[in-house]
Amino acid sequence: MSSATDIPPNQKARAMSRSLILGGMLAGIMLILALVSFVWTPFDHAVMNIPDKMQPPNAVHWLGTDHFGRDILSMVMVGARTSLAVACLSVGIGMSLGVPLGLAAAAMRGSWLDEMIMRGNDLVFAFPSLVIAILITAVFGPSAANAIIAIGIFNIPVFARVARGGSLSLWAREFILAARVAGKSRARISVEHILPNISNLLIVQGTIQFSLGILAEASLSYIGLGAQPPTPSWGRMLAEAQTMVSLAPHLAIVPGLAIILTVVGLNLLGDGLRDRFDPRLLEGRA
Amino acid sequence: MSLLDISGLSLSIGALPILRDVTLSIAAGEILAVTGESGSGKSMTALAVMRLLPQVAKTRGAIYLEETELCALSEDDMCRRRGRDIGMVFQEPMTALNPVMTIGAQVMETIQIHTDMTRAEAEVEAARVLTRVGLPPDRFALDRYPHELSGGQRQRVVIAMAIALRPKLLIADEPTTALDVTTQAQILDLLRDLVRETGMGLMIITHDLAVVAGLADRIVVMRNGEVVERGPTMSVLTHQRHPYTRMLFQASRHRVTLPAARQARSPLLEVRHAVRDYPTARPHLFAKHGRFRAVNDVSFTLHRGERLGLVGESGCGKSTLTRAILGLEGLQGGELLLNGQPLSQKRSPAERQAMQVVFQDPFGSFNPRHRVERLITEPFHSAADAPTGRNREDMVAQVLSDVGLRPEDAQKYPHQFSGGQRQRIAIARALITRPELILFDEAVSALDVSVRARILDLIADLCRAYGLTYLFISHDLSVVREICDRVLVMQNGEIVEDGPVAQVFAAPQHSYTRRLLAAAPVLPDMTAEDDTAGAPA
Amino acid sequence: MLHYLAKRILSLCLSLAIASMVIFAVIEVAPGDPASFMLGTGAQEDTVAALREELGLNQSKLSRYFSWVTGMVTGDFGTSYTYRTPVAKMVGDRLWVSLPLALYALILSTLIALPAGIFAASRRGKLGDMSVMGATQVGMAVPNFWFAMLLVLVFAINLRWFAAGGFIGWDKGLWAGLHALTLPAIALALPQAAILARVMRSALLDVLNEDFMRSARAKGLSQGQAIRRHGVRNALIPVLTIIGLQFSFLLAGAIIIEQVFYLPGLGRLVFQAISARDLIVVESVVMLLVFAVIMVNFLVDLTYALVDPRLRRTP
Repeated sequence: MSSATDIPPNQKARAMSRSLILGGMLAGIMLILALVSFVWTPFDHAVMNIPDKMQPPNAVHWLGTDHFGRDILSMVMVGARTSLAVACLSVGIGMSLGVPLGLAAAAMRGSWLDEMIMRGNDLVFAFPSLVIAILITAVFGPSAANAIIAIGIFNIPVFARVARGGSLSLWAREFILAARVAGKSRARISVEHILPNISNLLIVQGTIQFSLGILAEASLSYIGLGAQPPTPSWGRMLAEAQTMVSLAPHLAIVPGLAIILTVVGLNLLGDGLRDRFDPRLLEGRA
Repeated sequence: MSLLDISGLSLSIGALPILRDVTLSIAAGEILAVTGESGSGKSMTALAVMRLLPQVAKTRGAIYLEETELCALSEDDMCRRRGRDIGMVFQEPMTALNPVMTIGAQVMETIQIHTDMTRAEAEVEAARVLTRVGLPPDRFALDRYPHELSGGQRQRVVIAMAIALRPKLLIADEPTTALDVTTQAQILDLLRDLVRETGMGLMIITHDLAVVAGLADRIVVMRNGEVVERGPTMSVLTHQRHPYTRMLFQASRHRVTLPAARQARSPLLEVRHAVRDYPTARPHLFAKHGRFRAVNDVSFTLHRGERLGLVGESGCGKSTLTRAILGLEGLQGGELLLNGQPLSQKRSPAERQAMQVVFQDPFGSFNPRHRVERLITEPFHSAADAPTGRNREDMVAQVLSDVGLRPEDAQKYPHQFSGGQRQRIAIARALITRPELILFDEAVSALDVSVRARILDLIADLCRAYGLTYLFISHDLSVVREICDRVLVMQNGEIVEDGPVAQVFAAPQHSYTRRLLAAAPVLPDMTAEDDTAGAPA
Repeated sequence: MLHYLAKRILSLCLSLAIASMVIFAVIEVAPGDPASFMLGTGAQEDTVAALREELGLNQSKLSRYFSWVTGMVTGDFGTSYTYRTPVAKMVGDRLWVSLPLALYALILSTLIALPAGIFAASRRGKLGDMSVMGATQVGMAVPNFWFAMLLVLVFAINLRWFAAGGFIGWDKGLWAGLHALTLPAIALALPQAAILARVMRSALLDVLNEDFMRSARAKGLSQGQAIRRHGVRNALIPVLTIIGLQFSFLLAGAIIIEQVFYLPGLGRLVFQAISARDLIVVESVVMLLVFAVIMVNFLVDLTYALVDPRLRRTP
């Protein structure tokens, strides 16, 4: 009966595939730009050409040039590389450490281990990535690697929480009890039964953290705690554009739009994936 | 003139028809039971009267409450009728109340929406209504929150909300399905008294024919969105004109022919003085944890070849005991013996294979991502001599056909099966290691009566083929009576009665057993060809 | 209730203690001798030795930790190496910019997001819902500092409604101070409001599926009344969690936004301290930020008990 009271499936299916396609396209374009930049960019992103400085978008420089005459499209393409790499690695750190912690906490629910992991999580939540970045930078100096670590550390409790929350409801399910009666260890059950059934949740959370990672990287680079020159980055392009924003707004608008489009794309992708996975999650829970 | 007249009601969601041409009526002071199995559309009929259907639902037909055609009312007008002219009680008392609002406020709300009473007057009125449903304010203050009440008490609050303004019609959708049998009896009595007292019409929706028989003046039987039979209760019970009605009644009072128990009486499972405590929250920060004794000094012996039932209401400790026997939880005191050997919580592979389990929920029992073959061979996990290759395939095929499925089903996923079929798969999983003991943990409680009857027959057949020994845990006395030789009755963590089924049901010794039996609604014997002895009172 | 409170306070103290240890340990990890690190390469032997003495580096780590913590508790945050002034005084001045900014943004974000989320949920699937959801989709993707730059371009440079940057201080009156913080607060608040509005919407939609909402409708409440009387308060429970989490983002975000508007807040202080390698200041500011976040989450926990009676009971 419950499925009958929901929105008709075909209507839902259409709505989900729209956000999935649009999001996938946006995120895909950025990924392609980043990959292409390894072999080709319209200009060398690092070469200064002062006579051509501050050009608005035109036929030669499609997105204009900055105050050193560098081609903005080329910088945006190479910057996409930095953004995606930082976001990807920090999600990787968060997932690879957070998910096992969350699985372990759920498997040992109520034990001191669970308590410690969850209290540790709460504690890390008190350190926003920026604060971690400030601490690391104060000690080791600024770099893109520090940005990755700072964002990655903050991602650990996020994934731990999602993994634990998703697992807890599964641990009460009878197929897990059946596996326990068969004598399977908690670790084995976590890997064999729990992980595959929470992978959808993790993928959706992964896209969300990926988009947050891109925003965080931009912020850190903007205030100088992230990628350092000469590594190009969207955040630093914005920092450099700030003083000239009234003279040449495109300096600020182009990298800003790059960030927005990427993040919107990833968020839509996440929403689309969530909707697509939902029926299967429901089916499992029905 | 009837109070409620539904004529030609059809309902569809998208292309899916839910109700087809439903016609029924209720007179003032009458109790009408709408019954049928899941998917019959009985709840949708109730929601259609309330006009609380999902927005995507399309309805045709007419619903008259006295002179008013409800379908023609504007939403605002309908809001003025809900709660004032029609009240509704839902199935799940645990979630039907707003958890962050006091019970008094929730009852007062009904009164204040529809009348000009002041707060103080409404409060007096709410207290009066709550007293009427059995929650006098001196014991159940109006400022209590729902979480401080039991399921039965919450259902009383829901009823108070529904009848506060003495509606002409009360709709109760499976009002007692989530409750224990003794609580169920009290709630049904309350509903019956309210109807007699106020002359309202009551439309009760239930799948339980025994409840119907004891309560309703008239019955409507539904199947797949259609009314298949209607009439006065007595007449429907005696004549059962429609084959579906007949099938429902037969399934509800299904008799299982259990083969005689084997004679060799060697003890298989012995439970000796089992004790299980749970810590409760500390009374204050520096105090020790309190404790709740879920299982208190329980001892019994299950002999080889014996079919033992364990009955009790929710919270009596039967689930905890089951989990301890399965090794999912430890005991704080006492011991378990299998074949005379002590069982620790850490089980050897042989001990694990000797004991298997079938759970209640046919939908939660399987990992949705695994095929049936992998699911039912999971009990071999720890076995040193687990069958492989051809041997294993044959074994899977054999056990699938033993439970009435086809060998090809081994390659399917669980979502491709119905609830009853899944329960068969669960039984196959329990049989595959040829265990000495099977635990059925509420194994038929989630099934429709017709499916339940077939699963019970299957268990009886397997008793013949495999010579099963099992412990059948259930809240349902009638099922245990059919499928067990001996029964244990559990209350508050203790076993209060232990004896052969026939003896316990005919002459219960303990007062609690007597209460349980008296509270259980019974389907009276109406048909001539049924020759079983009269039902106990 | 008392039990709940005592448990919360205990866990608050524990969190603070562990957080302070972590911060202290990270600063301790700084490669080489902190004194020579702070002075940079080419510092004189005796200057380094003097700084070591001043920083108490000759004592054991444990006693230095305790003197740092007891100092913090009594309001003595140490003395800045670069500015030669008490850190407490410097931080105190800056705090009066950053904290009001974050709170201002929190209030703005909540005031925008909750009505927007409730509006969207009650018009689920309709045009209003889709517009709000579309707007939040963009709002979540906008980097707040970039949005701040646009605000400056439009409202400060072109329209001249606000100053482009700087802070005149609270001496000129509350209104003048708030006026100066308005653009930064909007820049901070909008992206967070987008997230919060989505959380509010989905929390409310979850609640709408609850049985008690159907009970409320069966009493004769209209959909709107049922949402207002029964839905919102229940939906607030997950929303509160997010508001608590958001405060830490807003505080951190304030540090970034201060850069756009040249506000003399904690952010400016901490960046100057980083470039001057003034570890004492960094350590104290970070501890303060973490303290603020933990305190806010403590307050959120207490608010839970007000919203949800199930937490109030003494078990």
